[in-house]
Amino acid sequence: MSPMILNTIEVILNGLMAGVMYALVALGFVLIFKASGIFNYAQGVMALFAALTLVGFQTGQVPFSHLINVVFGTNYHHWSSGINSFLAILLTMLVMVGLAWLVERVVLRHLVNQEQIILFMATIGLAFFMEGLGDLMWGANIKVLDVGLPSGGSFWWEDVTREWASEGSEYYGMYIDVLDVWAAGIAIVLVIALTIFSQYTKTGRALRAVADDHQAALTVGISLRTIWVVVWSIAGFVALVAGIMWGSKSGIQFSLSLIALKALPVLILGGFTSIPGAIIGGLIIGVGEKLFEFGIGPLIGGATENWFAYVLALIFLMFRPQGLFGDKIIERV
Amino acid sequence: MFYRESGDFKSSYAADQQTFPIKFDRIAIYAFVAFLFLVVPFFINDYWEKSIILPVLVWSLAALGLNILTGYCGQVSLGTGGFMAVGAYASYKLTTSFPEMNMFLVIIMSGGITALVGIVFGLPSLRIKGFYLAVATLAAQFFLVWLFNKVPWFYNYSASGMITVPERTVFGVAVTGSNAPPWATYLFCLIFVVVFALIARNLTRGRLGRSWMAIRDMDIAAEIIGVAPLSAKLSAFAISSFYIGLSGALFFSIYLGAAEPTEAFGIDKSFLVLFMIIIGGLGSIFGSFIGAAFMFLLPVLFKNIMVGGFGWPTDMVQHLIFMLVGGLIMFFLIVEPHGLAQLWRVTKEKLRLWPFPH
Repeated sequence: MSPMILNTIEVILNGLMAGVMYALVALGFVLIFKASGIFNYAQGVMALFAALTLVGFQTGQVPFSHLINVVFGTNYHHWSSGINSFLAILLTMLVMVGLAWLVERVVLRHLVNQEQIILFMATIGLAFFMEGLGDLMWGANIKVLDVGLPSGGSFWWEDVTREWASEGSEYYGMYIDVLDVWAAGIAIVLVIALTIFSQYTKTGRALRAVADDHQAALTVGISLRTIWVVVWSIAGFVALVAGIMWGSKSGIQFSLSLIALKALPVLILGGFTSIPGAIIGGLIIGVGEKLFEFGIGPLIGGATENWFAYVLALIFLMFRPQGLFGDKIIERV
Repeated sequence: MFYRESGDFKSSYAADQQTFPIKFDRIAIYAFVAFLFLVVPFFINDYWEKSIILPVLVWSLAALGLNILTGYCGQVSLGTGGFMAVGAYASYKLTTSFPEMNMFLVIIMSGGITALVGIVFGLPSLRIKGFYLAVATLAAQFFLVWLFNKVPWFYNYSASGMITVPERTVFGVAVTGSNAPPWATYLFCLIFVVVFALIARNLTRGRLGRSWMAIRDMDIAAEIIGVAPLSAKLSAFAISSFYIGLSGALFFSIYLGAAEPTEAFGIDKSFLVLFMIIIGGLGSIFGSFIGAAFMFLLPVLFKNIMVGGFGWPTDMVQHLIFMLVGGLIMFFLIVEPHGLAQLWRVTKEKLRLWPFPH
């Protein structure tokens, strides 16, 4: 094979990996949207917050140390030299569940029956709040997250692909980050686990019932409030996974919260209510933007990844307003 | 006692249909505008101009524009930052290409150019609605900012990629550049804000405004009773973009003086303006102003108290402000989803009955 084709294959593979990462965030959106009709803008910030909390526990930081030190003139930084990653993940999960409970209790409960756009705005407010909270709790400096996942290029894959190139051509093999492969694997496990959860457990069935029809679910005795806490906790868990993956890949920093914006076109392509849609939408966007940047980007100045996903979604919507797998939109007066 | 329509008899159709039908309103608003034009210019100084009054004026205009689209016509847009960038770059290209052109004309034409761009990005609104449209407008935001970063023609091939406004005068007084006196820039912006606020007020209570509101409340029903969605939606996009383009042009050429697209017109600006109209009140001209002032001045106030008063470090205060703003948005949505304008309306109702509420 000629290096050109091999390069293209490499771009496609990396696009698929990036797509999995987008899909991870989009998954959290879909879960909440299905269960409560809330378009949760804060999902990206939840990932940031989860990752920050995880690192905070791992390194044994004192929460709010900056604020405490300034107000009381003390000098606390760490309460221990850090704890085991596994324990830290469990603790972070507890924090996310607590957060889900708080969100339901303080915000959502009062906004039942409001228009969707109001709920959307409320989650933007929540996103601002959590961003400030995360930075205030754990400090705004860029952090390195290491939970023991391998990373770096795969030499084995480089060697394998070098053989594919035709004789005499200068080709040095494909670069694939092992971390991305792990992320893809974990995402697959996550989706399977979520599917099993929603199909075969009592809570999962209740979740689907609520997603189907709020009032009908209420009449058969499902507590909406409990379900919302459960859904936000699961979304918190998905955010934690996404936060770990993105954090290990590019460090934990403010820009992590912007992946929420990237997840929006993914959702549009896949449809807001479909879990497989989120995955396939993520893959299409990932591959599409990498290929576009590789093929056409150099001709028009590069950095097309900033907008390609949105324009693709825009054009796509012109032809299929409900997304690939979304329910058909039926409107009545 | 004072605020009521009784005793205020109208004897002609014109009097009945005037912009501010209640006498108290009319006098208060005229007095306030006169105060802005006749008193403030003599007392304005550099600090008040640069850090408080100009930004509030510019953001009010942007909020007014978005309110026309989102509040009156019901089309959610997250592309405000991108449209402001169009206004800014249009004014830059116009002032540098035609140095003789009057500044008023430059700003108005920038608005016109933005309106055309707005129509193009408004086309998808005919097919898609709600969140889907919001995401589609994100395409405008990111694509336009990218365009201004990557195409050198827009920034006249300057090495830094920044645009800097040249000095231009109106009636012999500089209004742009660093030599412009505070009162001149203030008056220049104020004229635009007052004139276009009046136009917006009258547009929204006329035929066009009613067709927007019909589309907002239920577009299918509106279509059935004879409102053309094509013209209603696209005119909302065009006029809203015109206002946002004006504010972008003023923001760049009068207030900032120099700008770089990613920094000055990023997605955070789109959200800021959206917050302004939500806090202020969707579908309210007064709300656009009060929302813009509130959202812009609140962080400034907190910053002054915490950094200046308590002596806390700036970065920490920044995070606290984020929390406060986020918390306030949620608080307002829970307590009063219709914004500050609704609070004002309630107060007016109470004033009407005061001092005998029963």
